[in-house]
Amino acid sequence: MKKLLAIYQKEMKHFFYSPIAYIVIAAFTVLAGIFFYLYLSSFVEAAFMDMIRSQQFRTPPQKFNVNLQLIRPYFWNLALISLFVLPLVTMRLYSEEKKLGTVELLYTSPISVSQIVLGKFLAGLTFYLVMLIPTVIFQALLFVYGDPELGPVLSGYLGLLLLGSAFIAGGLFISSLTENQIIAAIGGFGLSLLLWVIGWAASFSGPGLAKVLNYLSVINHFEDFAQGVIDSQHIAFYLLLSAVGIYLTFKSLEAIRWRA
Amino acid sequence: MIEVKNLTRYYGEKCAINNVSFRVEKGEVLGLLGPNAAGKTTTMRILTCYMPPTSGDAWVAGYNIWEAPMEVKKRIGYLPENPPLYHDLRVEEYLNFVAKIKGVPGNRLKSQVSSAIERAGLTSVARQVIGSLSKGYKQRVGLAQALLNDPDVLILDEPTVGLDPRQIIEIRQLIKNLGGDHTVILSTHILPEVEMTCQRVVIINEGQVVAQDTPENLTRRLRGTERILLELDGDTRTVEEVLGRFPQITSREVEKLSGNGHVRYALEVTEDIRNQLARAVVESGVNLYELRSEAYSLEDIFLHLTTKEEEAVA
Repeated sequence: MKKLLAIYQKEMKHFFYSPIAYIVIAAFTVLAGIFFYLYLSSFVEAAFMDMIRSQQFRTPPQKFNVNLQLIRPYFWNLALISLFVLPLVTMRLYSEEKKLGTVELLYTSPISVSQIVLGKFLAGLTFYLVMLIPTVIFQALLFVYGDPELGPVLSGYLGLLLLGSAFIAGGLFISSLTENQIIAAIGGFGLSLLLWVIGWAASFSGPGLAKVLNYLSVINHFEDFAQGVIDSQHIAFYLLLSAVGIYLTFKSLEAIRWRA
Repeated sequence: MIEVKNLTRYYGEKCAINNVSFRVEKGEVLGLLGPNAAGKTTTMRILTCYMPPTSGDAWVAGYNIWEAPMEVKKRIGYLPENPPLYHDLRVEEYLNFVAKIKGVPGNRLKSQVSSAIERAGLTSVARQVIGSLSKGYKQRVGLAQALLNDPDVLILDEPTVGLDPRQIIEIRQLIKNLGGDHTVILSTHILPEVEMTCQRVVIINEGQVVAQDTPENLTRRLRGTERILLELDGDTRTVEEVLGRFPQITSREVEKLSGNGHVRYALEVTEDIRNQLARAVVESGVNLYELRSEAYSLEDIFLHLTTKEEEAVA
């Protein structure tokens, strides 16, 4: 446990000692902010127009739901930005060790492969959490000036975290296959995107296969979280996907040892 | 302390080491000597449990590399050919990290790290970022890392590469001092290094052990024949006649020196005949300018063994 923590701390240092971390966080925050602004202004505009209309025609104003019309699509957007940004977080997690030759230090120290993998995975997940903090501030503004329901916001973040952990586990696996960070980033993005769009193929395939493809699609499982529904089936899906990624990384590290 | 038995390792079709066996006693400093790509690094990587051999067995600090790799790893310090450094960490941070993954208990962490810093001569740069250090200092950080946790066995892959002459002397002295408490294996292709620091030498070429002994014994083994260098000025026929009187001379090479017209003979002899030879030369009226015996250095042995091996393979 202590050794896992040592790996974790080291990875966190790598993140925050390098400029990449700040660029990634800045890019994520700017994109998340722009989307938030766009959603918010179109929501406010629609509500405002409705208010004028109701005064003109003396009809009761429609009910506008912040959760449904703003927060829900916003979470979907955050998931999309994560898809693009997380490969940049995971790319160096393992490939850097290979390039620097520090794998020789790790493998000749009394530390197990699972401690290495889990330490790195948890560091990646923590970094993702840090990345999400600014979006919490955006959402807090809604609570200051309006009164959305808290439940769907919390479940949305849970969904993002689970989705992120699946992407990070996949990215970590790709990173363990190469010593080139660029390849790791592109590979990680490709894998995540594939898991994202795989559901689209469902409409062209037979009913049996469509079911499988729809199940595999990472974004299909996200909808419920964004709406405020926490379904154990979706939690299980993401946890399983993360576990598969971590397991594959574990196996790839063990295999490197035998091939090297 | 270390026992290596019939280690063989293939990389695909290519054989890196073939049937390597040797022993290292406790407190000994052993030099692994060989040209590049001879299999030194492969041998060390197997002993440090970085990778398993294709076949064969080894015991390090009393533990088998197959059965108890974790126990082996707890008792070794390893400096790979390229020191395994994180360039964005500070020296202290890096050593703290290594100490933690090596399982140094929390209450001894601080003292272990500071003693490693001191022994490797890193006090002045302890708070610097590793990436900003010179190659020599990086090498020392690698060495400090290997010294953490006071390992029973130290395995150093070319520890003096990239250092300036003064640092090399310091590091060699450090390694020499480490022997006694620690068992040390170091690889190198620099011969004087072995002569200066090691008590025993294993010469590897093309994946096979071609010789193993103390540096002195290895030198003596080639001393079956001794060389005498002779610089003379005089009538060639007289000289030939004088030399012909000695049956101990097995071969001679003649070289005419361009500067002063002297002649230099390189003689291979079966025993030391310098005194008789000097007298005979002087009595014959030839001018004697120089007469000395030349010992074979480890370098000659090394070249002798490795080239002989190549011919045998060809």
